[in-house]
Amino acid sequence: MRLPYSLQLVKRTEETPKWLPAVTSLGAVVVAFVFSGIVLALMKADPLRIYQYFFRAAFGSWGAFSDVVVKATPLILIGLGCSVAFRMHLWNIGAEGQFYIGAFFASLVVLVPLVPLETTPKFVILSLMAILGLIGGAVYGFIPGVLKARFNINEVITTLMLNYIAVFWNNYWIFGKYSDAGFQMTRTFPNVAWLPRLADLAKQYPVFSGITLHLGVVFGLVAAVIVWLIVYRSRWGYKINLIGDNPRAARYAGIDITRNIILVFMFSGALAGLAGMAEVSGVVHRLQERISTSYGFSGVIVAWLAKLNPYAVIVVSILFGALIVAGREIQPSGVSFMIQGTILFLVISSDVLLKYHVRLVRTEEETA
Amino acid sequence: MTLPTSIPESPAVEMQDIVLRFPGVLANDHVSFTLNKGEIHALLGENGAGKSSLMNVLTGLYKPQSGTIRVNSKKVVFNSPKDAILSGIGMIHQHFMLVPNQSVTENILIGLDEPRFTLNLKKYDEKVRELAAQFGLNIDPTAKIWQLSVGEQQRVEILKILYRGANILVLDEPTAVLAPQEADELILTLRGMAAQGKSIVFISHKLNEVRAVADRLTILRKGKTTAEGVPLEGLTKEKLASLMVGREVLFNLKKCDQEAGDTVLMLEDVSAMNNKDLPALKNVSLCLKEGEILGIAGVAGNGQSELVEVITGMRTCTGRIWMGGKNIANKTPQFSIEQGLAHIPEDRVGVGTAPNLSITKNVIMKNFEHEPISHRWRLDYTAANNQAKKLREQYDIQSPSVETQARKLSGGNLQKLILARELSSQPRLVVAMQPTRGLDVGAIEGVQQLLLNQREQGCAILLVSEDLDELMDLSDRIAVMYEGEIVGIVNPKVTDINTIGLMMTGMARRGTACDDGVFPPEAGQADADAGAQTGETDEAAQADAETATPEPPAPPEEEIEPAMPAEEAEYLPPETEKERILRKVRGPDWNKGGRP
Repeated sequence: MRLPYSLQLVKRTEETPKWLPAVTSLGAVVVAFVFSGIVLALMKADPLRIYQYFFRAAFGSWGAFSDVVVKATPLILIGLGCSVAFRMHLWNIGAEGQFYIGAFFASLVVLVPLVPLETTPKFVILSLMAILGLIGGAVYGFIPGVLKARFNINEVITTLMLNYIAVFWNNYWIFGKYSDAGFQMTRTFPNVAWLPRLADLAKQYPVFSGITLHLGVVFGLVAAVIVWLIVYRSRWGYKINLIGDNPRAARYAGIDITRNIILVFMFSGALAGLAGMAEVSGVVHRLQERISTSYGFSGVIVAWLAKLNPYAVIVVSILFGALIVAGREIQPSGVSFMIQGTILFLVISSDVLLKYHVRLVRTEEETA
Repeated sequence: MTLPTSIPESPAVEMQDIVLRFPGVLANDHVSFTLNKGEIHALLGENGAGKSSLMNVLTGLYKPQSGTIRVNSKKVVFNSPKDAILSGIGMIHQHFMLVPNQSVTENILIGLDEPRFTLNLKKYDEKVRELAAQFGLNIDPTAKIWQLSVGEQQRVEILKILYRGANILVLDEPTAVLAPQEADELILTLRGMAAQGKSIVFISHKLNEVRAVADRLTILRKGKTTAEGVPLEGLTKEKLASLMVGREVLFNLKKCDQEAGDTVLMLEDVSAMNNKDLPALKNVSLCLKEGEILGIAGVAGNGQSELVEVITGMRTCTGRIWMGGKNIANKTPQFSIEQGLAHIPEDRVGVGTAPNLSITKNVIMKNFEHEPISHRWRLDYTAANNQAKKLREQYDIQSPSVETQARKLSGGNLQKLILARELSSQPRLVVAMQPTRGLDVGAIEGVQQLLLNQREQGCAILLVSEDLDELMDLSDRIAVMYEGEIVGIVNPKVTDINTIGLMMTGMARRGTACDDGVFPPEAGQADADAGAQTGETDEAAQADAETATPEPPAPPEEEIEPAMPAEEAEYLPPETEKERILRKVRGPDWNKGGRP
């Protein structure tokens, strides 16, 4: 049996228009919501009401939106780091581990303490924490980087395994050394180690009371600009581009691939580490067992959905932040994961539209 | 062997007024093409002339906007390659589609309806063996693909098509990937198949080969036919070339006589392993001077790639490689580049360019670390684009813009891009590996002239090629490699192509290593050599090719080791590549009536 019409994929021979990737990605998100709506309707729920509720939970008030941005902050940093690594076809899925180690290193400033907390100015303490967070993540990215560059060990396996090690490493210190009265968390950090929040300004500007937005988001925005400059304007970005597209050509052009694999891994890890610092210093205010709700893995997805574009990473991160915040408010909580999964699936499949024209063809005519 | 003359039967394929349009390109503009039964029909044309498009229409890959196709006088419409196969048309592409870890038989059976579920491989091995024997395709059906040479893999592809019952075979530049010997063998096989009634379309842009193999030919230029089904008799190479390119192609390159200058590159006892950790280079010593082209001849896989890789810093080795007073052995590619080395790699897509990046990004690959492209950390894309535009103009790279991705360029334009990048760096040494392979006549001429211009400017050039004619035309000296050794260095002016051919197969040897600064070693000696050889040539020209058994050239200093007792009888006068192919294809008596 043949249908009267059939779809035909015709390979694009001309350049793909610049606006098309954005349009298809957006379309994919819309289709994902429609599809999820159908699933919800089949479950005898009213999708429109649910989406309305979703929207209100995420964007209904400044407080809600600030929660969304707080959730988006680690995603932005991790997504940016991953996007650089992915450009070189390095599948760093170890952002989760790099996040934990970054958080651990940053916490050491307070826990050891590395500087006298009472006398050192807040600015110095926070800078030190940020730097240690960056270093922690970089060190943890260095390990799979060296293994990949020197011994060609698959980075997917190493980064994935290192994630578990990082979690247990943290647990050891939380339980064993810095436990707060036997609970699986350290004592709360003193205020000098807290990233400034908008709520701190509530005395002068009452509008900000209860707004949890912290300085970490600025880290994210600055990092996006830096990553953009690196990728599109710098010599290093060109090297990353070249190695990513054809490592053999890069080697032929005299580029040291080993060195650049390690550097990119460290850069990617450093941003995840900074995300860890921002989370302990800006949100949790102590080191504890579950500081990440798998930000490391969501970050991978964010980087993909943003098609590795640093500014798109910000937008996608906010969408994902919204889904996380709204997901807390709804039962079953799997709904937001379903939407996340469908978006990912559809955005990745929508790449077909960038490479092909879809044509509707009359089958009759074909066989005539 | 007699050539099939005009056949009264209906043609195997008739394509009429085919129009194939891609966005912005008219690939086939009212092209007609007729293939007779039992003939080999050459389809000639430059890259992008529409040869492959036309054949993709015939094999069902593309649907033409208008035009009709008749197979055995029956009108057909193909919606997919499967339809074409059912009509008995099969295509052998340039890039093979085989599963490396499976056997020959398994690869042939892939995608067929039969066997359905259980697989009695032995039974099918036998079937494949019979089919192979019928067409003289020598292959072991149980061998795994990865164990086979490129030529053997091609035979598997041909068998795959034959097994599916194809009577009409389309081969897309089948010899581009083959060594000369393998190419000869393929041509013989195709002749045999045509004699058994198969009709064959032979896409090519190698004029010599086409003249040797084809009965008739059709030439395409810019999507239109400039010659349609013309018998080959009486067409000169120049005429063919001008029909293809649309202008006169000069087959005499401008090569001036000049003295070689100082030594630029010197290899001392260089040995290296290949990727499988087996010795690939054995104690190679060479030297190369300013204004000189040193050709490296050899059958593919005799250490040429490894030689190029150790010089360009991409492979480790033992021994010393001197360039500009520095030992560049076991350093990085970066180090060699800094010494003024330019490298035109064999694999243009896999090594020479980054296919998904723009022309600009490909052009700056070697100099992006320097002003004016880079200012400290920043890369100035405006300056890069300007450089790319300049080179695009200077080297006549055909592309919509400098933003075009490299993979959208045709083979010739891609090579021009690589040449533009490498030669614009004003190198002291150019290492060129197969610089004209897979290019059409017009482009080949351009590339060769560019290399000669570099030579004139005092650049030293190491030219690795499997095209002996090219080496003879361009080189000042030719070093022949066999199993990782230099078996001799000869002067192309006084050496005939056959001697080199014998050296390439390891049957002859000349005891020269890196000469100490003068070449030819002594003028008098070279003259004696030349005299001996020209004398022999005249003698041979008068006698019948078969019976002529002159003494092999044995000048006193350049002894030939007694490694070739049986071959001495077979020793033939100088022969061009075309003659060599013709002799293999049409038997030893092909030119009984006298040499053309």
